[in-house]
Amino acid sequence: MNMRTQFVQTVESLLGVDSRLVLLLGDIGVYGFRKAFASFPDRVYNIGILEQATVSLASGLASTGLIPVFHTIAPFIVERCLEQLKVDFCYQRIGGNFVSVGASYDYAALGCTHHCPSDIGILQNLPGMEIVVPGTAGEFDRLFRQAYADGHPTYFRLSERENPVDRSVIFGKADVIRSGKRATVVAVGTALGPVLEATGDMDVSVLYYTTVAPFDADNLMEHCFTPKILLVEPYYSGGLAGEICAAFCARPIALDCIGVPRRFLTDYGITEEHDEVIGFTAGMIQSRLEKLINES
Amino acid sequence: MQTRIAQAQFTIKRMKKTILEAACASREGHVPSAFSVMDILWVLYDRILSFNPSDPDWEDRDRFILSKGHASLGLYAVLGEKGFFPADLLCDFGKFDSPFGGHPDHLKIPGVEASTGSLGHGFPMSVGIAMGLKIRKKPSKIFTLIGDGECNEGSVWESALLAAHHGLLNLCCIVDYNHSTDRALSVGNLTAKFTAFGWESRTIDGHDHDQIFDALIQTPQGRPTAVIAETVKGRGCKTIENNPAWHHRSPTQTELRSLLEELS
Repeated sequence: MNMRTQFVQTVESLLGVDSRLVLLLGDIGVYGFRKAFASFPDRVYNIGILEQATVSLASGLASTGLIPVFHTIAPFIVERCLEQLKVDFCYQRIGGNFVSVGASYDYAALGCTHHCPSDIGILQNLPGMEIVVPGTAGEFDRLFRQAYADGHPTYFRLSERENPVDRSVIFGKADVIRSGKRATVVAVGTALGPVLEATGDMDVSVLYYTTVAPFDADNLMEHCFTPKILLVEPYYSGGLAGEICAAFCARPIALDCIGVPRRFLTDYGITEEHDEVIGFTAGMIQSRLEKLINES
Repeated sequence: MQTRIAQAQFTIKRMKKTILEAACASREGHVPSAFSVMDILWVLYDRILSFNPSDPDWEDRDRFILSKGHASLGLYAVLGEKGFFPADLLCDFGKFDSPFGGHPDHLKIPGVEASTGSLGHGFPMSVGIAMGLKIRKKPSKIFTLIGDGECNEGSVWESALLAAHHGLLNLCCIVDYNHSTDRALSVGNLTAKFTAFGWESRTIDGHDHDQIFDALIQTPQGRPTAVIAETVKGRGCKTIENNPAWHHRSPTQTELRSLLEELS
């Protein structure tokens, strides 16, 4: 099961047990949620293609005690509605859920209007916004159930790609895959797959983050035995660099970042072709890690 | 009836005096925008809305959202007059640790339902509140006040579409049509526009208390209600009426004395 199918199952299940939940679809996923439309007609809406008003509307719903879930393609939630997320949710400390599809260049063939590698970096600028980047369908289910009703605005980033392993992740906590002495690799969400392939049996710590905000600095400091860190993220590179530096409180570290470069990826094709072009591969991760260990 | 209106006019004059003094002391505030809506706000809070100032979060209250948040001084004055907080606190308006800022903050001020200021947010939030009340089968009503300049924002018309489509009869949108946006982007016949978007729409004199009351008390006939209130920006002080130089300007002490004389 992919993340999007899991999203349907998870929300359908919760609609049945939590009468506060209201689903707003930006005219996508309507067929997938057909059972929910039939079962909960007063709490499931194909709201239309008007994202800015929808985010504000969701805030209004929340202020009456309901828990909104708004679902559409990533740039139309994050880039189009940044001010609504800032003012109507974060500033006013109102809880709600935003579930995107089309992570980074998942919709490679649709072109740059439908790419959104900027989402995490943008949302990190909103105080109080929780950011969740699951790596598998199962992890989405666990993380959504833990966080959807916590009273905070929360962004869940669905991706078309998945990690080969499903982890028992906990919201707000880094998952310690293993501890090692020569360096620490911080892998976020769907970056874990190529990181596991790249690190093999190397003597490095691998920390897996599915919650970007709030950032779990404690596990980083506890399992970082040498200040050499490779940060691997499936969106614009360096998203967590500030948090990592802040955790070290001005102590010197060697930090390298792998992610999506800040340029428009104007080719089409499939995601794997873009991975190769930008160097988001296990081979590149291994090469940069060896360089970090041996040269810094 | 005449006595009620005379008393209301007396109260509104007193509140306008407080607003001028607060703006003068703080060197902040959108005084003409506040004066534009004082009659509407007073009729709403005095004769239309159900609320309990000692329990501002009472679940069955009616809601009001000032979508044009820069008229905050008007809302603060009315909330103070109605007992949500001591009215004399408004003398701290704009001070560093005052709850009363240039735009209202619902986390700081009892009775303020939403933090507004960025135009085009309060109206769609109100649509969400109306939808939420409908889902929860609550009889409360929600009123929102937007400006004609705010009607430049696309989210206003997104909201108008949504409210009509979902048949939100518990929602009333009041437009403070003081024509401040005519110099930039004219919004034309707003009554016709809201009607075209599926609303029950009517135009009133936004300073005539009987007309305001009649428009706001009416039972909607299958559509959400839009009340286009023709108003004068800065109403009550000829010096600042429809004077763009005063949009975001506070009076000096000398100007304050002159404006207070105009009020009286």
